[in-house]
Amino acid sequence: MPRRQTDLPLAAAVLALTVGAGLAAGAMLKSPARRPPDSAPGRTARRSHFGGYQVAGRTVTIAAPRSRIYDMWRNPDRLTDFMEGLAAVQVSGDDVTWVIDTPDGHLAVETRLVEDRENEALAWRSVPGADIEIEAKVQLRDAPANRGTEVEAHIAWRPQAGTVGQWAARLRGTDPKVRGKQELKRLKMLLETGEIATSSNRRAD
Amino acid sequence: MRALTWHGKHDVRVDTVPDPQIVNPRDAIIEVTATAICGSDLHLYDAVIPGLMPGDILGHEFMGRVVDTGPKSTLKKGDRVVVPFTISCGACFFCQQQQFSACDNSNPVEKQEASELLYGHAMSGLFGYSHMTGGYPGGQAEYVRVPFSDVGPVVIPDGVPDEQVLFLSDILPTGWMAAENADIRPGDSVAVWGCGPVGLFAVQSALLMGAGQVIAIDHYPHRLALARSLGAKVIDFKQTHVLEALMEMTGGIGPDAVIDAVGMESHGFSPDNLMDALKQKVGIGADRAHALRMALMAVRKGGRVSIPGVYGGLADKFPLGALMEKGLQIRTGQTHVQKYTRELLHRILEGEIDTTFLISHRLALEDAPTGYRNFHGKQDEWTKVVLTPGAKGT
Ligand SMILES: NC(=O)c1ccc[n+]([C@@H]2O[C@H](COP(=O)([O-])OP(=O)(O)OC[C@H]3O[C@@H](n4cnc5c(N)ncnc54)[C@H](O)[C@@H]3O)[C@@H](O)[C@H]2O)c1
Ligand SMILES: [Zn+2]
Ligand SMILES: [Zn+2]
Repeated sequence: MPRRQTDLPLAAAVLALTVGAGLAAGAMLKSPARRPPDSAPGRTARRSHFGGYQVAGRTVTIAAPRSRIYDMWRNPDRLTDFMEGLAAVQVSGDDVTWVIDTPDGHLAVETRLVEDRENEALAWRSVPGADIEIEAKVQLRDAPANRGTEVEAHIAWRPQAGTVGQWAARLRGTDPKVRGKQELKRLKMLLETGEIATSSNRRAD
Repeated sequence: MRALTWHGKHDVRVDTVPDPQIVNPRDAIIEVTATAICGSDLHLYDAVIPGLMPGDILGHEFMGRVVDTGPKSTLKKGDRVVVPFTISCGACFFCQQQQFSACDNSNPVEKQEASELLYGHAMSGLFGYSHMTGGYPGGQAEYVRVPFSDVGPVVIPDGVPDEQVLFLSDILPTGWMAAENADIRPGDSVAVWGCGPVGLFAVQSALLMGAGQVIAIDHYPHRLALARSLGAKVIDFKQTHVLEALMEMTGGIGPDAVIDAVGMESHGFSPDNLMDALKQKVGIGADRAHALRMALMAVRKGGRVSIPGVYGGLADKFPLGALMEKGLQIRTGQTHVQKYTRELLHRILEGEIDTTFLISHRLALEDAPTGYRNFHGKQDEWTKVVLTPGAKGT
């Protein structure tokens, strides 16, 4: 990946995740062979790069009104109810610290709420000086045919120079794409059925 | 509790295992009073579905008495219930469409990955089956934890014997949906491949839905005799050329609808090595898709094809040309059991449908391994085995 592209700002990388692959940041994000832009989100491009950022995103339709889902994310300490990979969330005003479970123990990510549009979108971005540069965004749209709400969640992240190896080691074996998809499915289960499916015959004590 | 557990190919045992508990708010615990062995269980017994783990409790056709309920269950202790083999939440988009076996919310999240790889999407949870469908402990046991107990279980009035209603759990709705998927119109000719429990109930259902004639195909004399006793004409494929016979028996037109109640269990079910298994499958499936290929060739132009038989992977030499050029319609799927249970219970209580003719053997749960051995090895006489927990074994 060409060096200069690591300068792409985080917000542009996040934008490129959602809008048409060709539209986002022009040639910066696109493969060299120019083709007319299509309608698909940038993260589904066959070949793309996000200026050195790792990206993951997923959409799930939940049979619940936008306001209910917005409330859930607006008070992120409730997210531990369904997110298995999330050990804890510390909220203080707009500052949110996410404590993530990794094979090597907990990892704390300090972020600040940078976007808050009621019942539409929420985004958190890492604070300056954090080990990792990360932005996570949730967008809510009415699903067609009264199917509820389309919840689109995505993250873009890039470990800071010097911490790369350490991060890679700690996230080993936890594919954020699979993790993110699974967490959204758990959210859907919780909101649609009031519980999270398990085939276990016994309670975890 | 005592439960039939799977330990490998042709190795099932009755073991003592921990009792189930209420885990989620909508759960109920059922004390099983009757449970059956299904043709699908034989594929587990043959270990052709590797999504199983040693110690898994089998069984997906069961009924019993409610002994414990979670705070959000609508059942009451003491209720007698039949439990559908499909586990469905009742709330998701698919359940709202009554496509219960496509429920989004009953297959545990981490178990869905293999299905997404193989099929593009994960289906609902099922009792006592592969971990691709959730790995839920099954009903060949003294007790079962039943999730979403406010949606699936059908409460049975006292005084109705277990054997009359047990098959509401799977094979009766499966035969019914097979016939419904054949979109039968009055006077239609319908051909059914396979005279196992599913095929026999499809025969019965097709006649109830107004078919003019139903032609059942198998090679076991006793099973063909059962089909005949339900009102079907029969073809023994070991003595008759099936395609020619079907043309001659339908005035040279071909059956208006065909039902494949044979199925083909795929060897490609392993969550561990799906991609390898997928590759292996290419070119192997030919013989085992035999019944479906015949059905597609036999059905009349513009006819309907219903596939209740289970397929898991890829099929070789699938007659795609016959499908397209003849303008056929196909409908299939794991049964949306909850869609049919109430109507079928009503028909049983009204005396319109009898299901007990199918049962050939009654054993104690303790003797379940004997049941598996004979249901597997002596298919002609052993048409259906019903097991009773708590009874004394031999
Ligand atoms: N769709 C569902 O939800 C659902 C539910 C239950 C069972 N099933 C499936 O339905 C199928 C049948 O189940 P079952 O319990 O009746 O099984 P079974 O094994 O008792 O019966 C299958 C019958 O098909 C006959 N057969 C085999 N090859 C044939 C051929 N080429 N032509 C005609 N007949 C042939 C066999 O002799 C046997 O009698 C299985 O694949 C099972 O897994 C599907
Ligand atoms: Zn079955
Ligand atoms: Zn559902």
